[in-house]
Amino acid sequence: MSILINKNTRVICQGITGKVGQFHTKGCKDYGTQMVGGVTPGKAGETVEGVPVFDTVAEAVKQTGADATMIFVPPAFTADAILEAIDAGIPTVIAITEGVPVLDMVRVYDLLKRSNSRLIGPNCPGVITPEECKIGIMPGYIHKKGPVGVMSRSGTLTYEAVWQLTSLGLGQSTCVGLGGDPIVGTSFIDLLKLYEADPATEAIMMMGEIGGTAEEEAAAYVKQHVTKPVAAFIAGRAAPPGKRMGHAGAIISGGKGTAKEKVAALEAAGIEVAESPADMGTALQRAIARKRRA
Amino acid sequence: MKIHEFQAKEILRKAGVAVPRSIVARSPEEAFAAFKELGGPLAVVKAQIHAGGRGKGTIKEHPQQHGVQLVKSAEEAKKVAANLLGGHLITIQTGATGQKVNQVLVEEGCDIGRELYLGIVVDRAAAGPVLMVSSEGGMNIEEVAEKTPELIFKEAFYPDLGLMPYQARKLANLLGLKGASIRSAEKFMQALCRVFVKSDCSLAEINPLVVTKAGDLIALDAKMTFDDNAMFRHKDLEELRDLSEEEPTEERAGKAGLSYVKLDGNIGCLVNGAGLAMSTMDLIKLHGGEPANFLDVGGGANVDQVTEAFRILLDDKNTKAVLVNIFGGIMRCTTIASAVLEAYEKVGFNVPLVVRLEGTEVEQARKMLAESKLNIISAEGLTDAAKKVVASISA
Repeated sequence: MSILINKNTRVICQGITGKVGQFHTKGCKDYGTQMVGGVTPGKAGETVEGVPVFDTVAEAVKQTGADATMIFVPPAFTADAILEAIDAGIPTVIAITEGVPVLDMVRVYDLLKRSNSRLIGPNCPGVITPEECKIGIMPGYIHKKGPVGVMSRSGTLTYEAVWQLTSLGLGQSTCVGLGGDPIVGTSFIDLLKLYEADPATEAIMMMGEIGGTAEEEAAAYVKQHVTKPVAAFIAGRAAPPGKRMGHAGAIISGGKGTAKEKVAALEAAGIEVAESPADMGTALQRAIARKRRA
Repeated sequence: MKIHEFQAKEILRKAGVAVPRSIVARSPEEAFAAFKELGGPLAVVKAQIHAGGRGKGTIKEHPQQHGVQLVKSAEEAKKVAANLLGGHLITIQTGATGQKVNQVLVEEGCDIGRELYLGIVVDRAAAGPVLMVSSEGGMNIEEVAEKTPELIFKEAFYPDLGLMPYQARKLANLLGLKGASIRSAEKFMQALCRVFVKSDCSLAEINPLVVTKAGDLIALDAKMTFDDNAMFRHKDLEELRDLSEEEPTEERAGKAGLSYVKLDGNIGCLVNGAGLAMSTMDLIKLHGGEPANFLDVGGGANVDQVTEAFRILLDDKNTKAVLVNIFGGIMRCTTIASAVLEAYEKVGFNVPLVVRLEGTEVEQARKMLAESKLNIISAEGLTDAAKKVVASISA
């Protein structure tokens, strides 16, 4: 078991004829993902990396039975691509594209919440269920099948955590990059629900960063609803105030959003917090050991 | 992207948001003429820089001169403008060197009844734009949010529907506005929300928003920031960019498509991904060092961009060592290795270089660096990298 995707997931790539889309279609296929098609308007009939290209997502779904999509189209067209995937009824939509205008995502978000689709991203590395299915840009070889659910707002920091876990012999059930933008399709809490319900996931590792209140909300949810051990790391303890966080962003959350506050909220919820980014894997080991003793 | 007050007010004026009459002046003579043109008994001369805190800020070359001053004659306007123009305005946001004043805004006086605050941001929790108002205008709004959050009122709105009239009336009521002011607030708030969406703002702030004794609402100050990701569809706004306002290195990095923030330390960092870049800074600090910068080369950077990143780090005189921390996903480690070799050849490294690579194409990349026989300290894992770079400075 796993969450979101597994060995039966049938995947298309929107933007497959672009350089990046093609490179990662190959990467996913090499990993063992069932890449069944791609979409680039006007290029139906072509073949990329051995998979057929279609003009529309609806046509691709009809012909291939795809139930997941990986989006690599340029930022200006990403909102359109996400909505097209939702319209075609694809349950799992994963948008990798970085640099999408935030108001585009506001518009997408409302329609998304009225659909049956789940969106991961944008501006994210994707999702991987190790040794079964990889949808995204993460290096596959660092992952190993196992009991840890991993979720993060940052791509490369996720790789770092996964690498540490794998090196410690702790494999992963499913790893999800939520995306670094202010508005993304899926939250920590959405995934906590899925990990808590997934029999293959025995522990949860989350990486947050300064700004917003997503980590505080996740901490409150863990305290109430999560029985599995949870470890966390917050990036940005050394970041000078005001430099990275938008001026008014700090107002609306009533002064919330610093690393210090996030760490305090997580610890208060019984979450093991890694002090150093080199200590993420061992923090999870401590979380598991602590739960066993309790 | 930030713009000046006078530029923001021009955008607001065109959108039907009430602003005082004003004229931009780039010389003392122009300020003199502007006062005459406005024709009132008094005017306000305001230094135009992007940083906030101008009213309390002072000019480095004329410490008695504040960034905003009331004047009562054309001669006085000319004199104040002479002090401001070409001087460096130091505010709480500029640092000790201050920011050079290249233009001033000469603005008609206004009959202030009350001062309110009004701001719009895209709120993560509401997943959309939120209009915030407060009775505590003219104050530092962050302080209000911290000490008296009950004095801030918020309304979320849909971008394409805009702020509905009832929402504006609700906020007006909470602010204690009466009679004709309610209609004036409705018009003002709706226009501001429209402009926010139309221009893809990430922040629009009116502080203070003045209620005149006659009951009209008018924007006494205006701050607008645009979403950098949306600039591709706003070529007209792109023209408002003032390069003299940007940290030269940050501007240079921006041109190369790199995300760079200058910091006070001496260890230059080159990392891919914002989260890992922040974590790398955290790690350096944890091991007793101080990062010289935040630098995210992003996922899609090519050899030229990464080489430019090295140039930026090495041009910083504070840089005493460089730490490269790459976990390749989209970014291939071989791209970084090629850039290291190119930077060595074209720029030359005069400080220790510690490289930690992992991820896509890491084996080839390690081989490239090893075969180059260059003086590169390679590191295994994060802690090793941090320890080695901190040690390279103290050695």
